[in-house]
Amino acid sequence: MSEKKLMKGNEVVGEAAIRAGCRYFFGYPITPQNDIPAYMSRRLPEVDGVFLQAESEVAASNMVYGAAGAGARVLTSSSSPGISLKAEGISYIAGAELPAVIVNIMRSGPGLGGIQPSQADYFQATKGMAHGDFRLLVLAPSTVQELADLTYLAFDLADKYRNPVMVLGDGMLGQMMEPVEFKEMRDLDELPKKEWATDGAKGREKNVINSLGLVAENLEKHNLKLKAKYDQMREEEVRYDDYKMDDAELAIVAYGTTARIATSAIDRARKEGYKVGLIRPITLFPYPENRIAEAADQVDEFLAVEMSTGQMVEDVKLAVNGKKPVEFYGRTGGVVPSTDEIYDKIVAMRGDK
Amino acid sequence: MKQEIIMAGFGGQGVMSIGRLLAYAGMKESKEVSWMPSYGPEMRGGTANCTVIVSDEKIPAPVSSHPDTAIVMNLPSQDKFAPKVKKDGHLLVNSSLIEKEVERDDINIIKIPANTIADELGNTRVANMVMLGAYIAAVDIVSLDTVKDSLTNVLPERRHNLIPMNEEALDRGYNLV
Repeated sequence: MSEKKLMKGNEVVGEAAIRAGCRYFFGYPITPQNDIPAYMSRRLPEVDGVFLQAESEVAASNMVYGAAGAGARVLTSSSSPGISLKAEGISYIAGAELPAVIVNIMRSGPGLGGIQPSQADYFQATKGMAHGDFRLLVLAPSTVQELADLTYLAFDLADKYRNPVMVLGDGMLGQMMEPVEFKEMRDLDELPKKEWATDGAKGREKNVINSLGLVAENLEKHNLKLKAKYDQMREEEVRYDDYKMDDAELAIVAYGTTARIATSAIDRARKEGYKVGLIRPITLFPYPENRIAEAADQVDEFLAVEMSTGQMVEDVKLAVNGKKPVEFYGRTGGVVPSTDEIYDKIVAMRGDK
Repeated sequence: MKQEIIMAGFGGQGVMSIGRLLAYAGMKESKEVSWMPSYGPEMRGGTANCTVIVSDEKIPAPVSSHPDTAIVMNLPSQDKFAPKVKKDGHLLVNSSLIEKEVERDDINIIKIPANTIADELGNTRVANMVMLGAYIAAVDIVSLDTVKDSLTNVLPERRHNLIPMNEEALDRGYNLV
């Protein structure tokens, strides 16, 4: 760990990626994540890395495909509409089993939408990024420090599974400043060797990186192999955080910055005697469904809070499996829910109890 | 102790900078801090603002519906944020640019002729520092010395020649309260 710095979330993504051994960034500008490419354009040349502003998001994601295939640790970042454009490349990267890190600093949608914070890309990130039977491992930081730590971790997870990993933040997290400590700079020579990379076949069997599979039986085998990886993620990578859940009668489920606002609402409600706690998913895929299922035996009811009209709430309901009522509160379009609003919702649910 | 402060003014009045300076000083004093800017599409002549939170404990929400203090540099900011200040909180008003009175008697209103003082010092642009100096005199959240020490961290290197003037502006604001 190094000394504490006061930094913007977006810039922290860049520094954490470089420390994790990332030397390649391909992207295309879009608000509110522009500080990431700006930081990388300045910082990557200092570590003999490559920053390239592509002609489009589609091109950028295919450059990531290429660099990942050659065995590099590579990053791209964007905000919601830009991620949609990158989706095609991301599907190819997943199909070809390549490690890459994708950061989405979400803004409001749909369409071109607005530039204010949002969590409306939950479905996209966890279920429907692009065509084909694949998953991203999705990490959802809620503080600038966690953004640094999870970005750093994302590169190791991407290598471990040979699968793209998404860091899912929102405009608030990208734009805000908080103190941060970075982990040490990784020695590139110490990173795990990638025997499968297409980095020159002199003296060895050639490697092939491809996502084309015209023989159905073979492609089915490939898909089942991918599924086995996703099942392994479900076994090994679930991360979440509990807050005041010990005696909770109402469990709020929220992720990212919304979880922080919910925490403030919980603190206020606790002062008034309401027994409220928080389960904060840190991995959105794999989802902490077992933790939520377990909580369903403890609490009376659940409340999902999101900056959307209700996306993650579906996963809460799946995990609760009808055992307890699940309510929803959300603001959308770039409007951030306030502590007061969440508190009022808690009181509305628990007021007579 | 926890302080939620909203700083607001025209783009260019340096509200983002004093926010960062205060956050930096808080971090130097080993407090928890957060700095959250407004980054939406603002109208010309509208307000830019940031929310700074300085606390002894971990900071949950980085935004605030009812700040302990609002520092307002222009009238649109006063109109927007004066009603939101918590009861018994502070409102620091740049009285050089704001004549309108605030109709509240449940908060502590401190009027600072920040632009006038900054002009006396030779640069209107340090009006923001006058306001910040007044704030840390009114609310004992970080020391004046730490704020001054943080100037080197927050100002870009090419502006370091202006540190003495910024320090003087902080002093002038501090001594007014």
